[in-house]
Amino acid sequence: MDTGVGLAVLKPADSPLTLTGITVAYGEKPVVLAVDAAFEPRAMTAIIGPNGAGKSTLLKAALGIVPRLAGAVTVFGQPLAAARSRIAYVPQRASVDWDFPATVLDVVRMGMYRQVGLLRRFTPAQKARTRACLDRVGMEAFADRQIGQLSGGQQQRVFLARALAQAADLYLLDEPFAGVDAATERALVDVLKTLKAEGRTIVAVHHDLATVRDYFDEVLLINQRRIAMGPVGTTFNRVNLQTTYGGRLGAAQVAEIEAQA
Amino acid sequence: MSFLAALSLQAGYNAALVAVGAAMLGFAAGAVGTFLTLRKRALVADALAHATLPGVALAFLAMVALGGDGRSLIGLLAGSALSAGLGLWLIEAMARRTRLPEDAAIGAVLSVFFGAGVVLLTVIQTLSAGRQAGLEGFLLGSTAGMLWQDAVVIAAGGAVALCATYVLRRPLQLLAFDPQQAAALGYDLRRLDLALMALVMAVTVIGLKLVGLVLIVALLIIPAVTARLWSNRSGRMIWLAGGIGALSAYVGAALSASVADVPTGPIMVLIAAAVFAVSLLVAPQRGILAGAIRRARLRRDWA
Amino acid sequence: MGAEFVQFSLTPMLIGVLVAMACALPGSFLLLRRQALIGDAISHVVLPGIVVAFLITGSTATLPVLAGAMAAAVLAVVLIEAVKRLGRIEPGAAMGVVFTAMFAAGVLILERSDTSGVHLDVEHALMGNLESLIWLDAVGWGSLTDGAALAGLPPELLRMAVVTAGMAVLTVLFWRPLKISTFDEGFAVGLGIPTQLLGFGLVIAAAVVAVAAFDAVGSILVIAMFICPPAAARLMTDVLGRQVGWSLGFGAASAIIGYVLAGYGPLWLGAADAVSAAGMMAVASGGFLGLACLFGPRRARLGQERG
Repeated sequence: MDTGVGLAVLKPADSPLTLTGITVAYGEKPVVLAVDAAFEPRAMTAIIGPNGAGKSTLLKAALGIVPRLAGAVTVFGQPLAAARSRIAYVPQRASVDWDFPATVLDVVRMGMYRQVGLLRRFTPAQKARTRACLDRVGMEAFADRQIGQLSGGQQQRVFLARALAQAADLYLLDEPFAGVDAATERALVDVLKTLKAEGRTIVAVHHDLATVRDYFDEVLLINQRRIAMGPVGTTFNRVNLQTTYGGRLGAAQVAEIEAQA
Repeated sequence: MSFLAALSLQAGYNAALVAVGAAMLGFAAGAVGTFLTLRKRALVADALAHATLPGVALAFLAMVALGGDGRSLIGLLAGSALSAGLGLWLIEAMARRTRLPEDAAIGAVLSVFFGAGVVLLTVIQTLSAGRQAGLEGFLLGSTAGMLWQDAVVIAAGGAVALCATYVLRRPLQLLAFDPQQAAALGYDLRRLDLALMALVMAVTVIGLKLVGLVLIVALLIIPAVTARLWSNRSGRMIWLAGGIGALSAYVGAALSASVADVPTGPIMVLIAAAVFAVSLLVAPQRGILAGAIRRARLRRDWA
Repeated sequence: MGAEFVQFSLTPMLIGVLVAMACALPGSFLLLRRQALIGDAISHVVLPGIVVAFLITGSTATLPVLAGAMAAAVLAVVLIEAVKRLGRIEPGAAMGVVFTAMFAAGVLILERSDTSGVHLDVEHALMGNLESLIWLDAVGWGSLTDGAALAGLPPELLRMAVVTAGMAVLTVLFWRPLKISTFDEGFAVGLGIPTQLLGFGLVIAAAVVAVAAFDAVGSILVIAMFICPPAAARLMTDVLGRQVGWSLGFGAASAIIGYVLAGYGPLWLGAADAVSAAGMMAVASGGFLGLACLFGPRRARLGQERG
């Protein structure tokens, strides 16, 4: 059941990200339909849904990466354009050209673009910050490696380091744990939990139902439309899951998820 | 001769043969172009066309060196096929064995081979001023003052291209519209792709004198893309593309023969482009007008 | 290598070198963005732009010609996007439709109108006339410091120098956003980088180079210089800065070697006249690319071919 957490309880100014009536269509096919969501501050929220449910599209529409047919976005109570410096976006690994001539350090430095602008040199302090971000994800030793030579898990760590370099208050991640080895997944989750402890907000499109309860505090269930949103304990249940996945989840799978509570 | 006379094949045997040959070539180009664009290899054909130039020039030089006058169309076309084949091989080799993307390989072969061809043309110019007149006709097509035997070659070539397309239509249709099914049925996709490129080369080579190498790719692409606006079904698309190609080539040939200062290649391309532009606007389903209406409806329903 | 060289060979060679370097800069990024063939499209549509400008203004002075060509280039880019989106057609086919139709229109208009007074013809459009951009006012190397002689330099040289310098400035200025948006467009949008505008600007910059170089070297050399030196450079290094450097070097070398082979090659072989300089430069750039494909230290493909 939709606990209705959202606009009624959270004022837009409190919420790091508020989406109202977001609708996105590719051609004539609607992919995201009139989705409302106000994300909880200082929490980790998972966006869950079947393939093609519009999860990635929702994030991209929120950031203006794909055009919206309708809807509004506020970030910490302000319009998106005014608050971009407070958001860090980690896209799907597959969307990037890993053949590109760049080292790991190059990529992390991209995260500092807003601070250095077009032409300013990197100060020693900024250079040190970049290395610290790399160190935080365990990739310091790979600083001068070509990104094309990295494994999937290593690439994902570099992406997170880049996001850390942005020193943002809101982190939006698109399937950060897809195709990643177990050690990397643990390391990444630890970094994210540290960020949460620092008072930042995490929103991640997540693909693995089995780990939702472990990693996340809140959940948004979506299948083109918003199905339910709220704390994991109350909202991540059999009824909502079956509605979201259109009854395609096996009974055993759902029982296993419920048993984790 | 008047345009109507040329259209109704009453303007002389040469012109009639050229028009008929053009129609056959145009149909083959449209059909082959359908497979080509669906396989996303449209601009490979452009590279192949530009890669014919050095072969034409070398064939000319070879024929002259062997004592002929260098004008034998068959000889020139044979040379063009050889250098185009070399160009195709180089594109594949570069795209497969280095980390260059395919579009870079296509552009490199296109410009370098054409540059070599241009160099050879200037060599021919200095060697035998006046004798090379006619080779430049391969750039944009020239049907003016065409010899009877050349018209025969074009008509025969057009017929051959058409037959070859017909013979290969089913496997190529499968390759273009449902490659997974083709692979599942045991077809070797690489071989089929090669067969497709061979057909493209045939159309290109035969079209050199008629349309010219700079624009032959248009006759392959434009009718196919136009057909796509009207139908998604394979059989229909192929017939539509072929029909548009044949029409553009036929009317273009007639116009070029009857009106002064109308080069053959460009007029054929412009006719095809006009059909495309109209189709883009009015085609039901995929046309601009239809899309605008649908989008307005969507906005009204959901926003 | 005295007065005759300065009078007849220096300026064409310099113009060739400037064209090559001006092309290599946007070309390097176009290559990485898999937009290498946009140079092919632009080079073909410059002709109708020039023809229409000539018909409207009646002159082949630099300004109206450049304006007409730029307008055609912008029109082509817009049309290609429109055809791609509205017709749901893949980029290669969309480009092919637009630039062949525009080129055909240009040729038809050209043939039907009276341009006998000016050197406006299709051959010139494709191959340029580099050999004729000579510096007759020079009497030797000393003329480089002689103000009066310098005034007689072919205007194409100054034009290309300005364009090349402009490209260099733009490359330095927009290095970072270009790098970021080419590598990861979604992330760049998240940062607030106007990626669409940047992409459009890159193509327009390429168009400016193509238009400026068109009169001197024709469209074929422009395409070759957009693609071959950057492609060869790509196979030499994994560092973006060095890649651009290599492409500038390969471009300049192709221009010089090409010019020498075209101008002096036939003489060495016993013939009297030179062959097409622009064509030979294109061949030279292809030669460098071939060598890079065979021996370049970074030529191997790392993983699967993307998309």
